[in-house]
Amino acid sequence: MRLKLVPSETTFDFFRLSKLTLGLSALAMIGSVVVFFMIGLNYGIDFRGGTTIRTDAQNAVDITAYRAALKPLNLGDVSITEVIDPADKLAGIAPTVSQIRIEAQQGEEAATVDMVQAVKSALAAVDPTMSFPQIDSVGPKVSGELIQTAVFAVILAISAVLFYIWLRFEWQFSVGAVAALIHDVVLTIGIFSLLQIKFDLAIIAALLTIVGYSLNDTVVVFDRVRENLRKYKKKLLVDVLNLSINETLSRTVMTSVTTLIALVSLFVLGGDVIRGFVFAMIWGVVVGTYSSVFIASAILLRLGVKRDWDKVDDGRAGTQFANIDA
Amino acid sequence: MLQFSFTKKFLIWAVCAIGILMAIPNVFYATVEQSNDAKATLEAGTPATPELTALVDGWPTWMPSLLVNLGLDLRGGAHLLAEVQVEEVYAERVDSYWPEVRDALRADRATIGTIRRQDSADAELRVRISKPEAMDLALAKVRSLATPVQTLSGVGATDIDVSAEGANIIIRLSDAERLATDQRTMEQSLEVIRRRIDAAGTREPTIQRQGDRRILIQVPGIGSAEELKILIGKTARLTFHPVLGRTSDAEAQVTGRQILLPDAEQEGLFYILEKSPTINGDHLVDAQPSFDQNNQAAISFRLNPAGGRIFGEYTASNIGQAFAIVLDAEVLSAPTIQSHIPGGSGIITGQFDIEGTTRLAIQLRAGALPAKVIYLEERTIGPELGQDSIDAGALACLVAFAAVLIFMVLSYGLFGIFANIALVINVGLIFGLLSLIGATLTLPGIAGIVLTIGMAVDANVLVFERIREELKAGKNPMRSIELGYERAFSAIIDANVTTLIAAVILFVMGAGPVKGFAVTLGIGIITSVFTAIWVTRLLISVYMGRRRPNAIEV
Repeated sequence: MRLKLVPSETTFDFFRLSKLTLGLSALAMIGSVVVFFMIGLNYGIDFRGGTTIRTDAQNAVDITAYRAALKPLNLGDVSITEVIDPADKLAGIAPTVSQIRIEAQQGEEAATVDMVQAVKSALAAVDPTMSFPQIDSVGPKVSGELIQTAVFAVILAISAVLFYIWLRFEWQFSVGAVAALIHDVVLTIGIFSLLQIKFDLAIIAALLTIVGYSLNDTVVVFDRVRENLRKYKKKLLVDVLNLSINETLSRTVMTSVTTLIALVSLFVLGGDVIRGFVFAMIWGVVVGTYSSVFIASAILLRLGVKRDWDKVDDGRAGTQFANIDA
Repeated sequence: MLQFSFTKKFLIWAVCAIGILMAIPNVFYATVEQSNDAKATLEAGTPATPELTALVDGWPTWMPSLLVNLGLDLRGGAHLLAEVQVEEVYAERVDSYWPEVRDALRADRATIGTIRRQDSADAELRVRISKPEAMDLALAKVRSLATPVQTLSGVGATDIDVSAEGANIIIRLSDAERLATDQRTMEQSLEVIRRRIDAAGTREPTIQRQGDRRILIQVPGIGSAEELKILIGKTARLTFHPVLGRTSDAEAQVTGRQILLPDAEQEGLFYILEKSPTINGDHLVDAQPSFDQNNQAAISFRLNPAGGRIFGEYTASNIGQAFAIVLDAEVLSAPTIQSHIPGGSGIITGQFDIEGTTRLAIQLRAGALPAKVIYLEERTIGPELGQDSIDAGALACLVAFAAVLIFMVLSYGLFGIFANIALVINVGLIFGLLSLIGATLTLPGIAGIVLTIGMAVDANVLVFERIREELKAGKNPMRSIELGYERAFSAIIDANVTTLIAAVILFVMGAGPVKGFAVTLGIGIITSVFTAIWVTRLLISVYMGRRRPNAIEV
């Protein structure tokens, strides 16, 4: 007896509602952009400079008391959040770990020894059991460069991939794949703005992994489309696409599920330090799987593909495969 | 497709075996690390003690002993990104041309007239001549002092730019010389920082140059970035200057060849000093913590012969004058010279404690930093948090691993087991390769491994699904398997190359932990393609060859 997530033969019509799904995706993307501009990302210090201090005490976190203790230090904007451990939360234990963020101080690059010492002793006065397992400080100069590099990295990754797909397939495939990618990245930024999850360097790494994963999915579908286009020369493009997606559906679901199994265990057990990072990847796998079917293929369908592989290229659509025979 | 030659089989198993053998030390991390450390201690020349030998013997010598490096976020420690203020050196460089320029111009006093150094902006030397009509000759004289600078771009670059402005000759460092100076400043700074950190005896610090003027410093095991900053400490530039006067006016006007410096202890007390030091840090050969006659912590120092001679001559001819000892632009003390001091050694007193003098002595011995450093980024991770992250990561890995294994068996039966064996080998290979290339494992790196566990089965899933299709189409088992591999190949390659592109870009652009993620992701892609294409196929081929089943279920 085998576990089958998808029946061995499926004949779903993935494009019957393609207007609706494309519309919904477009709406979600617009929504993401709006949320991004209205609320904005909750940038970590990697991108906006400043200092974060992680506190760990034996007693429960008391945000009000912490805030009161730091007030006399005149540090400007200070945000204090509890770090919630889901296991403790279920057991009804109040969090004992907090994350304190202090904005970049005027005229300083990284935190000064004095400032950190002052914060430490002010907090230790509130709770003598407190320790400070992590202190990060990034100056405005470096954070500016990090933003530039990050944006550049994402754009570079997307263009490199665009180029590779164009090399291996045809430009229509390339456009479809990249549209799916942009969809995934925009939606990820949207959800991060909406939920105000800390957006730092690690999230950029997650974004690039999403780019890689989403493509992985798209490429597998496209590979089958390419094969079926050659096999069924007379079939309508929409039928070829549907057939290809149905044929690869079992694999798409299997891979997504194994990846999600791994990621969810990391999300639950991996600790709060990388939870945001793992969340981005889980979201990316879900959105990426959806987009490879409903965005990449739907766009490919609308762009159309040159089918006459054996005829001389008439210049309508560039295909290096056709050129070989020409 | 399913036939493997003996050589090929042998190679595949050899790669797997070596990879896993290389990975094994990581399972016994603490033991191997202690053994390696003890070995290093012995090689450094420490006499063998029973404890050390026991530690060395804790791990058999015939086993590989390379380990995956743990990143700061897992081991705990401090990270600093420092920027060296390289411009600070220019003023001093340009200043050092003055004696040469003066002597060269003096030789032609008859035509050029009297010469006089003018106050000037930083990093330029301004000299006024009393007969401006002889400017051309003066410029030619000064220009002849220029020496060529080695540059990448080429030929003809010299160290100074000389120009005229009215009756003034202006001497600036050329761009080529500035670059060369920056280069020297950076090399010196790296060296000095390395010596200061090494003197504290921390393990495996990373001190490397980043870009034009930055230095990345990572020290595992140190308590905090603050401690590290104190260790690196100040510039520690020690100079001795003649005292011209004392004042309480912080805004007191001084000429271009004088400087106004505050007293280190007494607030509101300032000294007017001659700008050029009589003795500078280059003359210093040794500094040690010691005590003065009142049993106060102090620092004793010794000068090299040249410094000793200058010091001796100066004290002999300036008895009764005050003499300022300046550390990093603060006057530590300004004693009056009582007598001629020969021999070039002495003692510096001030408000020190023993810890302070010990640290300062280290910094003085290591040499002064050529310029000030400021810190752009600093991170501290406590060792407990690092250990927590390792534990959490390891647990997540195991759970993910077990879940994927079970899921694969449920979905593909026997073939799922083949895929699982390949997956286990895959994880072994990842750790083996990471150890072999001495890569650094970070927390996002662990996430990369977990992600790889999830995605590694993808290639096998692609193949298995394809085999199912071929079986359904009525092909015989052997043929179905062959076709399955053949037809899934292009999808596997395309899919993995695209992910690899993302990993490479991350590696090139990313810093620190993100780089660690890119490394494990990239290695994971390569090993998973290898295991999926060769290891699983070899397993299937062996199975098919032995059992020759008439029907298979995938």
